[in-house]
Amino acid sequence: MSTTTLPPGEKTQPKSAPKKKAGISDRSRSERKLGWMLAGPAFFVMLAVTAYPILQAVYESLFSYRLTDPANREFIGLTNYWVILSDGLWWQAIWVTVLITVVTVAVELVLGFGLAMVMAKALSSIRPVVRAAILIPYAVITVVSAFAWQFAFDINTGFVNSWFTWIPGVSADTDWFGDWGTSILVICLAEIWKTTPFISLLLLAGLAQVPEVLQEAAQVDGATWWQRLWRVTIPNMKAAIMVALLFRTLDAFRVFDSIFIMTGGANGTESVSFLAYRQTIARLEIGLGSAVSVLLFIAVVLIAFSFIKAFKVDLSSARGE
Amino acid sequence: MSTRKKVMWWVGGAIIVLYALFPIAWIISISLKAPSDIANGQFAPTNVSWDNYSTILTGNASELFLPALRNSFGICLIATAISCLLAMFAAYAIARLDFPGKRLILSTALAVAIFPVISIVTPLFNVWRQIGLYDTWPGLILPYLSLTLPISIWTMSAFFREIPWEMEQAAQVDGATTWQAFRRVIVPLAAPGVFTTAIIAFFIAWNDFVYGIVLTSTEAARPVPAALGLFSGASQFEDPTGAIAAAAVIVTIPVVVLVLLFQRRIVAGLTNGAVKG
Repeated sequence: MSTTTLPPGEKTQPKSAPKKKAGISDRSRSERKLGWMLAGPAFFVMLAVTAYPILQAVYESLFSYRLTDPANREFIGLTNYWVILSDGLWWQAIWVTVLITVVTVAVELVLGFGLAMVMAKALSSIRPVVRAAILIPYAVITVVSAFAWQFAFDINTGFVNSWFTWIPGVSADTDWFGDWGTSILVICLAEIWKTTPFISLLLLAGLAQVPEVLQEAAQVDGATWWQRLWRVTIPNMKAAIMVALLFRTLDAFRVFDSIFIMTGGANGTESVSFLAYRQTIARLEIGLGSAVSVLLFIAVVLIAFSFIKAFKVDLSSARGE
Repeated sequence: MSTRKKVMWWVGGAIIVLYALFPIAWIISISLKAPSDIANGQFAPTNVSWDNYSTILTGNASELFLPALRNSFGICLIATAISCLLAMFAAYAIARLDFPGKRLILSTALAVAIFPVISIVTPLFNVWRQIGLYDTWPGLILPYLSLTLPISIWTMSAFFREIPWEMEQAAQVDGATTWQAFRRVIVPLAAPGVFTTAIIAFFIAWNDFVYGIVLTSTEAARPVPAALGLFSGASQFEDPTGAIAAAAVIVTIPVVVLVLLFQRRIVAGLTNGAVKG
């Protein structure tokens, strides 16, 4: 609650003080000034490191501009966007990105919820061990996790092919990275392993906010475990679930590291981020690459916006502001 | 609780621990395999070999790995320090002062946090080359702030909001000067939150890959994840799998140790920042 953190002097001030019209008091004016003096630098730096580059990208996306041929830089308006949106590569990348996002977030939500339940209900003797273990994937860098999973499934260095021959379709020479579907599967597995802990910690915090009294009341009324889960637990942690879902969806939509390491975008496994990277850095097509970056940015903003609209998650109000 | 239930919990716990550790165990196992053993299709090495570690620490891959390790530590520490300092002032203002624009600052931090890194890095690649920041430490520290600053502001303002600021005035009433009251009362209360934020921000910077590969080209600034991603072996006839695994183990150990030491605080920081935050 923000009221408890206000200095005592603030609390005694009546909220509807008439001086608002006559101009704010010296005290609150100096507080405003101090507030912006302290928070201003952080605010300014955040704008400088994000708003400036995106504006630059918008500007560059309007040019036909190759780094290998800078003399022929030419203003071409929205042509780059037209080129991208009418190209199958872009739609393939969107499809891959959406697929990875939906699959990983869905699995993570269920798995993370299960993990959170175990952490919330487990015996006090195993709880710390489980919590420590769950943090390890969070701490491992994505590149390392991608390598671990790649090496495990690799036809030469892996053990998966010799361990899982009992699964139909898996044999000693199954080439997991030779195929679109199996490549995506391994990429998803690595992403799920790496980021489920984050979601489960958020859900655990949400679980802690479900009032115990409600659970007991439901139990007294004869509700089964399943009914309590759907009628009491989940509705009461809706805010936490939404926050976890929003963060992970946006994060998953930017997937890049795992794909770079595991397939390098081969077999149609390129994500939108990867497409932008390849256009700009590998092919030095600054104009086209910038347009892909801008489109990715717009997609992320749209996802965030529709989440907040559809589920009415007001993050500031959830925080007692 | 019945014994059967207890056993069930233990089995469940064991499965989770196994799930969390398995890929780590696998990469450690590869790092200990001799070249002849890498393709044996087995989980464990037939005999333990330290060759991969000597390749990256003293052998011919050390010129790639050691500078990258130094770059990663230096760049991540500086970026963490800057963002913690800026976030500390901002979080103090947000938690303690009443001024219009608080919500604007927090929403901006949220917007920056969801920003796709690739949309920032593409234009930076070009601009950095023009102004000479390409392949330098400052050229990575600046963009890293877009990763570390938002989470620092959110996490720290969540921590700071729980500090009983009235105590500062109480100390002043008891005869302490403003500075004394701040130093003796507020600083000790705020320190754990700042420290936790620093660890989380460091992890996030340490994990970066996109900035690392796009904005660097040599060992002058290339951080470890990027060096690992682009590592293709000392010669074209050598498969770098073992060396990559050894390097991966070395970069994983410090963060895993940090996590295990400060797990309670990290959990509090992550969940406070995002859920209560």
